[in-house]
Amino acid sequence: MKVMVSVKRVVDYNVRIQVKGDGSGVNLDGVKMSMNPFDEIAMEQAVQMKDAGTAEEVIAVTIGPAKAEEQLRSALAFGADRAIHVKTDEEIQPLTAARILAKLFEKEQPKVLLTGKQAIDDDANQTGQMTAALLDLPQATFASAIEFDGDKAKVTREVDSGLETIEVDLPAVITTDLRLNEPRYLKLPDIMKAKKKPIDAMSVEDLGIEEAVKLNVTKTAPPPEREPGVMVEDVNELVSKMKDKGLV
Amino acid sequence: MNFELTEDQNAYREAAEEFAAKEMAPHAAEWDAEQIFPKDVLRAAGELGFCGLYSPEKAGGLGLSRLDSSIVFEALCTKGDTSTSAFLTIHNMATWMATAFGQDEMVEEWGEKLTSGQALASYCLTESGAGSDASSLKTTARKDGDHYILNGGKQFSSGAGDTEALVVMARTGEDGPRGITCFLVPGDTDGVSYGKKEEKMGWNSQPTRAITFEDAKIPATYRIGEEGEGFKFAMMGLDGGRINIGVCSVGTAQAAMETTRDYLHERKQFGQAIADFQATQFKFADMATELTAARQMIRLAASKLDNKAPEATSFCAMAKRFATDACFNVVNDALQLHGGYGYIKEYPLERMVRDLRVHQILEGTNEIMRMIIARRLLADGALEQIK
Repeated sequence: MKVMVSVKRVVDYNVRIQVKGDGSGVNLDGVKMSMNPFDEIAMEQAVQMKDAGTAEEVIAVTIGPAKAEEQLRSALAFGADRAIHVKTDEEIQPLTAARILAKLFEKEQPKVLLTGKQAIDDDANQTGQMTAALLDLPQATFASAIEFDGDKAKVTREVDSGLETIEVDLPAVITTDLRLNEPRYLKLPDIMKAKKKPIDAMSVEDLGIEEAVKLNVTKTAPPPEREPGVMVEDVNELVSKMKDKGLV
Repeated sequence: MNFELTEDQNAYREAAEEFAAKEMAPHAAEWDAEQIFPKDVLRAAGELGFCGLYSPEKAGGLGLSRLDSSIVFEALCTKGDTSTSAFLTIHNMATWMATAFGQDEMVEEWGEKLTSGQALASYCLTESGAGSDASSLKTTARKDGDHYILNGGKQFSSGAGDTEALVVMARTGEDGPRGITCFLVPGDTDGVSYGKKEEKMGWNSQPTRAITFEDAKIPATYRIGEEGEGFKFAMMGLDGGRINIGVCSVGTAQAAMETTRDYLHERKQFGQAIADFQATQFKFADMATELTAARQMIRLAASKLDNKAPEATSFCAMAKRFATDACFNVVNDALQLHGGYGYIKEYPLERMVRDLRVHQILEGTNEIMRMIIARRLLADGALEQIK
């Protein structure tokens, strides 16, 4: 089957985020950017399917600035066969991303769209669901195990009450959770080979997509700094301090 | 001219950092304390391409430049473990020598094994009586039909006793450098025996042993290059080896500085973070400057070697001398800035100091580096070549 994987360029998970002085967002100047870790898990799933012979072709897709080509090259080094880069310097909100992915899905006709359950920059957790809705396709979110059987997929989902297993007809949208797999290390020879794989670049306008601006970020603020504590002598003092603060 | 890393170099660096952070760093202290040689991790590194970085592609290597390779080694030291990464550089050097100059039959048999890390290699030049004066080595190889028979001994061979292949310099002819030939000797050859594991100050994740050859017989096809070419290969190998060792110092000093930066912000004395004291700031600024100078020297030397510049050997010697001295001082200063915490094993500083100390000694001592630099650059016209 043909598998499409959507990956997003985000601030690397190891970076200590700095909020801009005017609260208009986070500082991205000179900050290390990487593939969204949940999307890496989606890539690993796709490549495992290719290794197992379940997938014949893996297409990696990203929406983002020219530099997002780095993440597509990583996806190609993982083992994607080709890539599509929808170029934009604008911040893309989940609905616009979903419209773009739906358009590409219609064009490429894959059996499954895999993507991370959320991106670690805005934690929106909406794009996969919206894409499925726009395409009127089944969705299986927060996957921790996926099994393909003919035109169906059995997906184990991590939900609040535990694990839930559902069956979806293909084609479908599946979003990947942390425990689905452990992404492989990139091999240097594969990084070299990825250079030669094709990337098809286009703009949002080329796809005839109308950008949805539904969300307006009013303020970005760092978490409050932890206040210094006090040392107490014994349990009695602890209890009385907690009573003073109205905690017990 | 452009001093920025390319997109490819950044991708190699990130791949190396990822591997080093997850597979090496968590074990580095244990490998040091328990003297564990992590062959499984070296093999895993081989699967990613780190065991034949600049070996030719026909032998399964990646054919990368020395500059690209140096960026990978630096990343492995910064995010992983110095001692293990340093062994990996030696393996790369020995593997390059065997695969670039070896005879087809041998490369056919050993190339892929070495470049994939399934077989690891030791480099065997130094002898008990031939250290800095390497061309006076006494180990002999006598031709006997389609075999060579080796006799003698080697000293301070990294990995020896635990590696599958030995790249050995032995005398086949006259005294001096022209009588030396290079061989690949399988580590389990009859007549090859190993001394006890040396107790060392650092570099504890790789065993160091003496080797004895007593009528050790190897096929003539295991001769690397022609008779008499060995010393030339040894010196060529060491040009690259010096970049490798120097960059291991650079990568480690980078790690020491990052650890120190965090500590300076956290540690409070006299009511303020020690990062706020000017004495600390001036020290830190000097360390960062020395580190940057060392890194640039290494990258310049690697570029000279890649471009076969006429004074590449001088550049390699200068870079090795400067980087290993400067970066030793950086990690030592980093230890000092940590105070008592720098001296205890809970922090990585004391291990970094112990590991980096030997970089000033091996691949030619830093005194030999000065001899090489002076001898070459005092010659007519040489100084004009380094502009």
